[in-house]
Amino acid sequence: MTEAVATSVSLNTRWRAWAIPAVVVILVCGSTLLPDAMKVYPKAWIVPFIDWFRELMAWLTQDTPQIPGLPPIREFTRAFAGGLNYLLDFFKSLFATGFHFRPGDGPADLPPLPWYLVIGLAALSGWRLGGRKLAIITFVGLLFIAFTGNWTSAMLTLASVIVAAAVSAIAGVAIGALAYRSKTFDRLLSPFLDLMQTVPVFAYLVPALMLLGFGPAAASAATIIYALPPMIRSTVLGLRRVPSETSEFGRIAGCTPFQMMIKVLLPSALPSIMLGINQMTMMTLNMVIIASMIGAGGLGYDVLTALRRLDIGSGLEAGLAIVALAVILDRQSQAAAQRSGDHKHDEQASFFMRHRVTLALIAITAVTYAIGLFEPATAYFPHDFVFSARASLNEFARWIAVNLSGPLNYIKTAFLWTVMIPTRNFIGGLPWFVPPLLVGIIGYAFSGFALALLSSVLVLSIFAAGLQEPALNTIYLCGLGTILSLLFGIPLGIWGAKSERAHAVLGAICDTLQTLPSFVYLIPVVMLFRVGDYSALIAIVAFAIVPAIRYTDFGIRRVPKHYIEASLMSGGTREQVLREVELPLAVPEILLGVSQTIMMALSMLVITALVGTRDLGQETYIALAKADAGRGIVAGLAIAFLAIVADRLVSAWSHYRFRQLHLT
Amino acid sequence: MVQPIISCQDVWKVYGGVAKAGDGGACSDVVALREATLDISEGECFVIMGLSGSGKSTLVRCLTRLIDPSRGKIVVDGADITSASERDLTAIRRRTMGMVFQNFALLPHLTVLDNVAFPLGIRGIEKKERQDRARVLLQTVGLSGRENHYPSELSGGQQQRVGIARALSCDPKILFMDEPFSALDPLLRRELQDEFLRLRAKLRKTIVFITHDFDEAIRLADRIAIMKDGGILQIGTPEELIVHSKEPYVREFTRHVDRSRVLTAKTIAQPANGHAPTRYVDGDALLYQFANEVLSSNEPVGVRHQGAVIGVLNKNDVISILTSTDQKAVA
Ligand SMILES: Nc1ncnc2c1ncn2[C@@H]1O[C@H](COP(=O)(O)OP(=O)(O)OP(=O)(O)O)[C@@H](O)[C@H]1O
Ligand SMILES: [Mg+2]
Repeated sequence: MTEAVATSVSLNTRWRAWAIPAVVVILVCGSTLLPDAMKVYPKAWIVPFIDWFRELMAWLTQDTPQIPGLPPIREFTRAFAGGLNYLLDFFKSLFATGFHFRPGDGPADLPPLPWYLVIGLAALSGWRLGGRKLAIITFVGLLFIAFTGNWTSAMLTLASVIVAAAVSAIAGVAIGALAYRSKTFDRLLSPFLDLMQTVPVFAYLVPALMLLGFGPAAASAATIIYALPPMIRSTVLGLRRVPSETSEFGRIAGCTPFQMMIKVLLPSALPSIMLGINQMTMMTLNMVIIASMIGAGGLGYDVLTALRRLDIGSGLEAGLAIVALAVILDRQSQAAAQRSGDHKHDEQASFFMRHRVTLALIAITAVTYAIGLFEPATAYFPHDFVFSARASLNEFARWIAVNLSGPLNYIKTAFLWTVMIPTRNFIGGLPWFVPPLLVGIIGYAFSGFALALLSSVLVLSIFAAGLQEPALNTIYLCGLGTILSLLFGIPLGIWGAKSERAHAVLGAICDTLQTLPSFVYLIPVVMLFRVGDYSALIAIVAFAIVPAIRYTDFGIRRVPKHYIEASLMSGGTREQVLREVELPLAVPEILLGVSQTIMMALSMLVITALVGTRDLGQETYIALAKADAGRGIVAGLAIAFLAIVADRLVSAWSHYRFRQLHLT
Repeated sequence: MVQPIISCQDVWKVYGGVAKAGDGGACSDVVALREATLDISEGECFVIMGLSGSGKSTLVRCLTRLIDPSRGKIVVDGADITSASERDLTAIRRRTMGMVFQNFALLPHLTVLDNVAFPLGIRGIEKKERQDRARVLLQTVGLSGRENHYPSELSGGQQQRVGIARALSCDPKILFMDEPFSALDPLLRRELQDEFLRLRAKLRKTIVFITHDFDEAIRLADRIAIMKDGGILQIGTPEELIVHSKEPYVREFTRHVDRSRVLTAKTIAQPANGHAPTRYVDGDALLYQFANEVLSSNEPVGVRHQGAVIGVLNKNDVISILTSTDQKAVA
């Protein structure tokens, strides 16, 4: 019996080991013999997906009722947009602009919260949540933002983050609680969440604009939808992890279902929910920065306009302000998540003593705000204090351009001509049916017919939508980006696994890279290389290298020690052990890292569209500019489909390797 | 006979649900509880004893209907809980049930005081009153002064005291305890058992107590049900189980028990056969309490129970019970 299994496995393995490369070579070589006309997907076979989605959006936004007897959906979306706009206005006024009650551009009728109060409160919150270190980080970060003259923009961004994050948190917890209670709802929801996590951020913006009208509410709604999945997921996960005894206690105590959820389950799941809030907040920031490009104002907008003017200094400063904001938000919400689990009692008995800090804060806020009322100038950061370094930064950028442009350009040109352009031409030159066929074959080899069908159909439907060229450009750019990320990331990961020092340093770098909104990566790249595919590729690699490093390090560290000891004792050298034992055993984890790397590369596309690539990201960007919902949705779905295919194929490969490791 | 407060008729619990056709049949099903029939009367401390996986938790969760039994009928305090709606169940539980858990199941975000007051809050009792009542209960379990601590700041033993106080806070008729002391160190366990006995003497509640420790069962129980593989093997007082073990499996447990602390004079008394003893012991006295008296006497000692002389004790009988570890000596 076991022998039979072993034989069939080895046969199977041998079949796969030879068949795939053989088929690929035959396909590719054979295809060069085919006429050029076969390269492009036939025009006649294009399915008008884009028109269908346009019609759907038109139907959704029409002014006559969709369902007779009910008000049109527009009414609801308008009401929703109104509510959201009201919230956004309130928080933006409170943090950044002050309240205007009279029309016109005059001075604010009520000032915003004084800048020094915000810094003080944030630093205090850092101190309460994470001790002195976090207080200092917060304090210094916010001072940096203020002194470089980015205070108002940063507060606009912060206000958007607060509104979107608060709505996401409430909606996410509510939806998560429903999914926990109802199996049917959970089953309906889960594929949507999967899809939502692969759809790029931009894709939400277009339909949101159509439904909610042009303005900050649409950006905010897109942000909320984008950030919901992790919130829902961590809520469900947290609720499922509540010990069964705890929910049994609730039932014996006679809780109604509502009491059970509010008083027993959700509080017990709080630590996990708080971790979700941390993740959701960072996604919100990422999206808010991107969305501010459509004119909502804020740090992202500042960076973009500065880059357009090639004012690298201002761009860098605004970018660093984003970094500071990201680090503060991340560390504080992480510290809050850690704190949510441990409770300490307070010996003080009286109400005033127990709430002395809160009361003092309310008093200070009231007093400083009152000062701002009488002397509005004190509420705003004084212009005279701003000592921007943008002039010298621009000088620096110019120096780099003058002194480094030679070697940098040399590398860029060499790489473009030897690697990038040939790759693009090769992929672009394949007959149109080869890519769908190829993913089908790979899917069949690693998993079976179902995966083969799924992969082929998804890729084919992208071509059928008329997106063959941008899709191939996407594959070329992200494919190269992934390969380069792995080429650099895996050795770095191995180094991290072998040396504690390297592990610590790489860990800190990865942590920082992970908190940065993807937009930030663009600034140094544009500064050094201007626009084009090469810049896009570097931004992609910088962004997507993190999982390659992380998972390799993790995978090798996880290899059981006794395997290594056994190999060393049987006379292997360190290198042999690494090559023959550790790396093969770590392959499943490394493949997980590959999958994550691809996802991140794809999610970077919307950013790289800004430097003029011609991929699916550019499609969504153009759709956004033209407010063409049909085109935007289809392009967004196309990116999601590519992500799904890549993810399924790589994880099938990983499962396949796993089975091999366990059987042989 | 008085109406039992819990009556359980032929209750089964099968996990794995309905056997699907073409699925290889019912072999994947787990019978966690089979044919459980028992009556528990008011004020009794009923212990369910069995090794891990024997179905104790399943039985007690059927009695509270935390899980739905696959078959059978359970009546608790006059209400048929097997057919009750979710709403009725909530009402029944509020009226009659409290429960103590193996891993305490305290709510981590509430103070000790609020944990104890929690079931009262669920019932809509206002804050001041429920905190006052919780404070009294905390005093009863010896935790005054810790009201404002959080569960994570207490030791395991203290946490379980909170759990007990919380279960008692609504003055339930029946207290269910699922291995309440199993997660504690042996010394602490002993201490909480003593505490339990003291509380029980004071409150006289019906208690359904689960344990996998036979010594604990003997110490605390009025009656014990012994379970194995989902079935109840035997129900009886500790003495009955020792004296009349029906199954070899039950004997395995009773063999190592210190008999002198379980057997009473009335159980081991022999027919008087015309003897007229000069000294007497009480029928409810435990063997270890009167053993010296019998052993130091040269003639049989009489046993008096509820005013009547019911038999005598010989020196040799006592010696053979004390020195044997085997069942036959008693029988
Ligand atoms: N949800 C479930 N699904 C399937 N089988 C279960 C489930 N719960 C319990 N069982 C099975 O039912 C049997 C009895 O379990 P139960 O928890 O009642 O045992 P127990 O006597 O309480 O044991 P322990 O001392 O370990 O708590 C076990 O064989 C267990 O594997
Ligand atoms: Mg149990």
